[in-house]
Amino acid sequence: MSNRLYGPLADVSGDAGYAADHPQRVGFFTDTSVCIGCKACEVACKEWNGLPDPDGDALTLTGMSYDNTGALGANSWRHVAFIEQAVPAPADGGDLLAALADSDGDGDDDGGATRWLMASDVCKHCTHAACLDVCPTGALVRTEFGTVIVQPDVCNGCAYCVSACPFGVIDRREDDGRAWKCTMCYDRLRGDLEPACATACPTDSIQFGPLDELLAIAQTRLDEVRQAGVPEARLYGEDPEDGVGGTGAFFLLLDEPEVYGLPPDPVVTTRDLPAMWRRAGLAAATLAVGVAVSFAGRRS
Amino acid sequence: MKRGAEAEMVPEAEFRSYYGRPILKIPRWKAPHLPAYLYLGGLSGASAVMGAAAAVTGRRALARAGRVTAAAAAMGGTGFLVAELGRPERFLHMLRVAKPTSPMSMGSWLLAAHSALAGAAAGSDLTGVAPGLGATAGAASALTGPLLATYSAVLLADTAVPAWHEAYRELPFLFAGSALASAGAAGLAATALSQGADRGPAARMAVLGAALELAAAVQLERGMGLTAETYQQGEAGQMMRAARWLTPAGAVAALAARRSRAAALAAAGLLTAGAVATRVGVFKAGPASAADPKYIIASQRATTSRNWRRFPPAPAGAGGGGQSSR
Repeated sequence: MSNRLYGPLADVSGDAGYAADHPQRVGFFTDTSVCIGCKACEVACKEWNGLPDPDGDALTLTGMSYDNTGALGANSWRHVAFIEQAVPAPADGGDLLAALADSDGDGDDDGGATRWLMASDVCKHCTHAACLDVCPTGALVRTEFGTVIVQPDVCNGCAYCVSACPFGVIDRREDDGRAWKCTMCYDRLRGDLEPACATACPTDSIQFGPLDELLAIAQTRLDEVRQAGVPEARLYGEDPEDGVGGTGAFFLLLDEPEVYGLPPDPVVTTRDLPAMWRRAGLAAATLAVGVAVSFAGRRS
Repeated sequence: MKRGAEAEMVPEAEFRSYYGRPILKIPRWKAPHLPAYLYLGGLSGASAVMGAAAAVTGRRALARAGRVTAAAAAMGGTGFLVAELGRPERFLHMLRVAKPTSPMSMGSWLLAAHSALAGAAAGSDLTGVAPGLGATAGAASALTGPLLATYSAVLLADTAVPAWHEAYRELPFLFAGSALASAGAAGLAATALSQGADRGPAARMAVLGAALELAAAVQLERGMGLTAETYQQGEAGQMMRAARWLTPAGAVAALAARRSRAAALAAAGLLTAGAVATRVGVFKAGPASAADPKYIIASQRATTSRNWRRFPPAPAGAGGGGQSSR
């Protein structure tokens, strides 16, 4: 029964009660260094999952970048972030940064450049999923693939998961009253198909597969990118020692997580739940003693 | 490192973010539903204990006031809770499972048990039917009551919302004090309106509760880094400041309540207003802290995270994604 709330967990499906012959844990590795911002993942996701556009705002512009989706939500289960950055000229930048610094493409270093970061965000399918932990109805469940899904026929729209998710992923559809998020295309997984977003991605920025295979691929790719002259490249979410026990959807990022709208060091809130209950118990005892003391005096 | 030292350092920092957009979802819970539930749950829980203690010590009027208040507040609170759901007709799904990792699941079972006990105690008291069972139910509701009054602090704290989660040590005591004062206020009002009733215990509960509520509120803001400002600014700040006047004023009035019926009624009004203001303030701080990514980034950067130290530094002079949030 160790690490059920926090810390590394080798077999998430087994911990959730599946028999030992359950399928291996699958996930996404999103390599943002090859994302071209085409949003095919967003479109494929909405098409396959039949996501509605209840406010009719699919054509609204945010005015801040090519990102007109804004954020993950009840009706957007993939979200491509666009970040425009001024980068300094590299002292000894290697090929990649030198090419970036050459903003007009004439072969000279222009002493500075703009770079675009693009990243397709998705539900992280955490090892320790706060949404699942706090769900009071059992609508959120762990699947045999180690992913986390909402059962729409059970959800009563209490919205606890919305406040609990440290990544701000899951949300309630206000016209329908229930919480929705990425299912990692559970229906397709059951039919031995890859999720729609990974299938549609033209550059293999979104890779789907068994989590341990993806981790090995990601490590190799990270070394490659760093050697190509991007020392600040890093993996995000791959570490089973992190605050959510590692994620089922992890990323290769080229800058700090918060630049992409990701929390720098997310922690599953239920890590502190035993301590919270102890404090609440102590406070309840204080209340009872307070009443007892108030009645202890002689009658006036 | 002491938490106070961080508070001074953190505001100096510049935070990079994704166009200043929130990292978290803004809680979908709304006012007045959630603050009303917090207040009524606390009132019901502490009133049940007051009713049971009054029954044991032979104070008939106060026992009835405690039992009736406990039952009515539990019913009202349940109504607000159901109205808060996206699918209210599915409220019974709350009792589909019993899940220790979900404070809302535990709270639903607690509320169901407490409501039944408080309802039975009040019903028996008012109708005179089955007095033995009623007294037993009333005594049992003195066990569920304190838990009902403080579990809702865990309900809020067990989220990713910085203003709520970072307050998990102090929130239960704030709610316990606020509940004690609320029930004391109800007891004062009831005893002021009934001839010859003993106002002493309710007055003492009110004063003790007000003291605990104030001490916990001070400690709560002191225990936080940058996030403390979400309790000081905006609507949350107005409510917390109002409570800081209303609650002590109510306590002072409660001190005079044993001699003066007017003072008892004034104390009841002031303490109730203070308790409601506290609950609204705590509620409003949550969405405010989720809306600005700087609170998440500040608190997660402030922890000596192994994760963060592993990341190599950003390239010097690299502009943030969009703008920084301060």
